[in-house]
Amino acid sequence: MIYASPLIVLVGIAAVLGIILALADHFFANYGECRIDINDDKEFTVKGGNTLLAGLLDNKIFLPSACGGKATCGFCKCQVKSGGGAILPTELPFLSKLEKKDGTRMACQIKVRSDIDISIPETLLSVKEFRARVEEINDLTHDIKEAVLKLEEPETISFKPGQYIQYQVPDTAEYRAYSVSSKPSQNDRVEIITRLVPEGVCTTYLHNVLSEGDEAIITGPYGEFYLQEDSEKEIVCIAGGSGLAPIKSIVFHMFEKGTSRKITFFFGARGVKDLYYREEFEKLAEEHENFNYVPALSNPAQSDNWTGETGFVHLCLEKYLDKTSEKEGYLCGPPVMIDASVSVLKELGIKDKDIYFDKF
Amino acid sequence: MDLFMIFFASIFVNNLALTYFLGMCPFISVSGDLKTAFGMGMAVTFVITLTAGINSLLYNFVLVPFEVEYLQYVAFIIVIAATVQVVELLIERFSPVLYINMGVFLPLITVNCAILGLSLFMIVRDYSFAESVVFGFGGGVGWLVAIMGMAGIRTRLRFSNVPEALKGAGITMIVTGIMALGFMGFAGMVNVQ
Repeated sequence: MIYASPLIVLVGIAAVLGIILALADHFFANYGECRIDINDDKEFTVKGGNTLLAGLLDNKIFLPSACGGKATCGFCKCQVKSGGGAILPTELPFLSKLEKKDGTRMACQIKVRSDIDISIPETLLSVKEFRARVEEINDLTHDIKEAVLKLEEPETISFKPGQYIQYQVPDTAEYRAYSVSSKPSQNDRVEIITRLVPEGVCTTYLHNVLSEGDEAIITGPYGEFYLQEDSEKEIVCIAGGSGLAPIKSIVFHMFEKGTSRKITFFFGARGVKDLYYREEFEKLAEEHENFNYVPALSNPAQSDNWTGETGFVHLCLEKYLDKTSEKEGYLCGPPVMIDASVSVLKELGIKDKDIYFDKF
Repeated sequence: MDLFMIFFASIFVNNLALTYFLGMCPFISVSGDLKTAFGMGMAVTFVITLTAGINSLLYNFVLVPFEVEYLQYVAFIIVIAATVQVVELLIERFSPVLYINMGVFLPLITVNCAILGLSLFMIVRDYSFAESVVFGFGGGVGWLVAIMGMAGIRTRLRFSNVPEALKGAGITMIVTGIMALGFMGFAGMVNVQ
């Protein structure tokens, strides 16, 4: 009996607290069914308490989100007309004054607690979810791989060269953005290029677990970074690392269609071992008078016998670009490279509005 | 004992942070900014008052009759954990902005030793229910005063020339020591155990 009473007391206390917690959870954390109204046009109900982003995802509305709901990318903005509550401190760094005024919010931060009215650009409503199968995985360099995803359902995708898709890691809520490297004319497949980020969930998965024949779920296309097809300006492309992907799509799309616009492609890498698709671009440059391929190595090894450009890629821009003709810039790569290159391009007289970039 | 005396003593004479050095982890890490320090202090005050009352009842009406007083450590800590959970649910429901602002600090209160410490002190001092609640509230306010004072000092420290090696936690510890010395001036004003 002497051992029984402490047990009974402890179990009793735990049970009472458990019941109180369960009741509190039932009454305070239960927001019931909430209605989401999109553009006064579409409407559906979701279970309250989850984020708006998740609620939209469940109903096949795919807002872009590169960080997976961690409030670090700021891509999932949408306009909330009513029912969003006050702006949260986590959103503040991503919202401009104007956006705060017109009700722009980040969908990954808002929890749906009541009926909510939002508006989303029509182009985003056309984003689809694709079931695809991994057809090939190719090693491009020691830390960069290419995956070829053959679309199964729906069978074709239509996108502009430069746009990106999102890849969801199976059985997790993690998804990441990857630029499409294949041409829009190959509309039955999507090729993506990934660099292994140490400890990155998605790239680690793509590099180490994914194998040929696996199923993949992707959504897209997304992005404001794409080729301006009706412009006639000379094109300057600058890429680093896996940023080659959208540029490859843009360049090969243009020469497939046939173009008279002059294109110069600068690619920044550390050494010869980090260059990839080199033969393809060199061949293209041989075949076409108006295409120039300039790889620049920041740190070539002695054994590379490198005779081309050395140093960071933004330092060799001036040598190849004149100030006379109007130009358009397409940049994709690490933020440091983009920032440095953008300022050089501006010095060369390229207007702000003609410089398009995709930082990652 | 006079309730006001208990209240006064728990703020100044027996300040949880500066006399007993309890709850030092949040005291050091959340005192960088006045606003968050205030939020943390309010959260602690709220939870500490609530748990002091609950734990006092629990001790006197459950643990004593069953002669299992030695279970107080386990019983008190689970009561504190459950209370924090409920408070968290309430804040999330009624003030999402406050909820995000408190962030990780709210669950951290569960393991804030000032709260468990206060519940154990009131048992040692044999306080009644009313005395316990007042003691809890006073203890919370005392902790709030201490962390606000610290945050105020640290706001000014930002613009002063602190030696490289002492930046951050180092200078905070030294300042805490000096503040504690200051609070020693209150010792003996009111005599509690």
